[in-house]
Amino acid sequence: MIEIKNINKTFGDRHVVKDVSFKFETGKTNLIIGESGCGKTTVLKLMVGLHQIDSGEILYDGDNFAAKKQKEQQEIRKKIGMLFQGGALFDSQTLEENVRFPLDMFTDLSKAEKMDRVNFCLERVQLTGRNKLYPAELSGGMKKRAALARAIANNPSYLFCDEPNSGLDPKTSIVIDELISDITKEYNITTIIVTHDMNSVIQIGENIMFVHKGQNWWTGDKSKILNSDNKELFEFVFASDFMKQFFGK
Amino acid sequence: MKPIYHIGRYFLLIKRVFSKPENLKVYFNQFLYEVNSLGIGSLGLIAIISIFMGGVITIQSAYNFTSPFIPRYAIGLGTRESIVLEFSPTIVSLILAGKVGSNIASEIGTMRISEQIDALEIMGINSAGYLIRPKILAAMFINPFLITISMFLGVFGGFLFGVFSGACDAEKYIFGIQSFFIPYNIVYALTKTVIFAFIITSVSAYHGYYTSGGALEVGRASTKSVVYNSIIILVTNLIITKLMLV
Ligand SMILES: Nc1ncnc2c1ncn2[C@@H]1O[C@H](COP(=O)(O)OP(=O)(O)O)[C@@H](O)[C@H]1O
Ligand SMILES: [Mg+2]
Repeated sequence: MIEIKNINKTFGDRHVVKDVSFKFETGKTNLIIGESGCGKTTVLKLMVGLHQIDSGEILYDGDNFAAKKQKEQQEIRKKIGMLFQGGALFDSQTLEENVRFPLDMFTDLSKAEKMDRVNFCLERVQLTGRNKLYPAELSGGMKKRAALARAIANNPSYLFCDEPNSGLDPKTSIVIDELISDITKEYNITTIIVTHDMNSVIQIGENIMFVHKGQNWWTGDKSKILNSDNKELFEFVFASDFMKQFFGK
Repeated sequence: MKPIYHIGRYFLLIKRVFSKPENLKVYFNQFLYEVNSLGIGSLGLIAIISIFMGGVITIQSAYNFTSPFIPRYAIGLGTRESIVLEFSPTIVSLILAGKVGSNIASEIGTMRISEQIDALEIMGINSAGYLIRPKILAAMFINPFLITISMFLGVFGGFLFGVFSGACDAEKYIFGIQSFFIPYNIVYALTKTVIFAFIITSVSAYHGYYTSGGALEVGRASTKSVVYNSIIILVTNLIITKLMLV
């Protein structure tokens, strides 16, 4: 479980994250949702230490991450897998090398064992046999899937995904959502997904934080989100005519 | 205050670059890769420049040394000294600052803006150490070889163009390049080379590492790295020369 308590972040004179508290549960898909620019990515980056919080606490299974020295933070980070919004694959390496990278760096596995693991991860994201391709040779969706394969290569305890299916076609989106959800259950991972995609919310939203103007505005799960009387949340959820008509609002 | 900020941040980065590596084997492979890409990749350019510059230096020396009091072998001697003391270690390093430096700054800068550096950090890897250390060490290791090759080719180019253009004769040139040889000059030249190699790689890596924004900023970082490298190399050259030769 990861718990954030009253975290704050200011960029210059802009208060981007305001006193946000939330519990991200283990073995569940935890969602951070909200409109573009509300501070979702910033919350995620604060949690993994890519930005420093101004105040508050970030607890990884009770361990105060933000208060630790860089060396100790690195130890926690070895248990983190992260899928960046743009994939962030290493350009100079093939798909296979990208996925093998965390294994090369941190495990004593033999060559054959590493290859098995790499092929297993590529298979899970439906990229079997694409081992020798470079990131430049992949489509946007393939990049995201490859990045997911890299994120799960070293059996993370915590998985962070920033908009895993933005820019993907609906079918691939569903594949990715289900994949993340399956992995979360199978390996009992604490998974945090940033998204503004209502399909994902309804499909895999087990523990949801709705962020509005940098604040934790509403929390709940997919069954409650459609019947909430929170005005801002309602506007977010039922922004499209399709959603309104489909749910008769 | 700006320069002090940059100098401080530069030295903090260097400190991170040389902190304990996570996995020696991976780092060694990176080192070999960089030796190949930074060293072997520059060999062709250096060879061409050295041969032509050696030729020009010889022809110019011949043109200037017309007094009957200056022996003709002085042309070979003068060419050798110019090349060993200044052309190969300093001018070739400046050229490498342009080629290798801009390359490093844009490579690391692109990794920064596409979040590849963040991805390394998230994995628990010291990104500065992983990306920059192999480059610095590789350049400090391979540049002395490049510069030595440049010296030989420069002197050879002098011979080639000097003799075939009729500016000097072969026997006297060869006698010239063998006379009054001072081994210490080589020590001086290679010391400079190693220090310049450190400057080129670390300064350009610094500019790349702290890029933020987009493609425009990557281009800017690459240009800046060449400008700062050139200035720092020239000033350092003066200081080392004063310390070692006066
Ligand atoms: N590094 C930064 N420096 C300054 N402002 C930033 C930075 N990162 C994000 N912001 C600002 O913080 C706000 C929230 O951004 P972000 O967390 O990326 O939103 P999103 O919810 O779309 O992921 C935006 O207004 C953005 O301009
Ligand atoms: Mg975002």
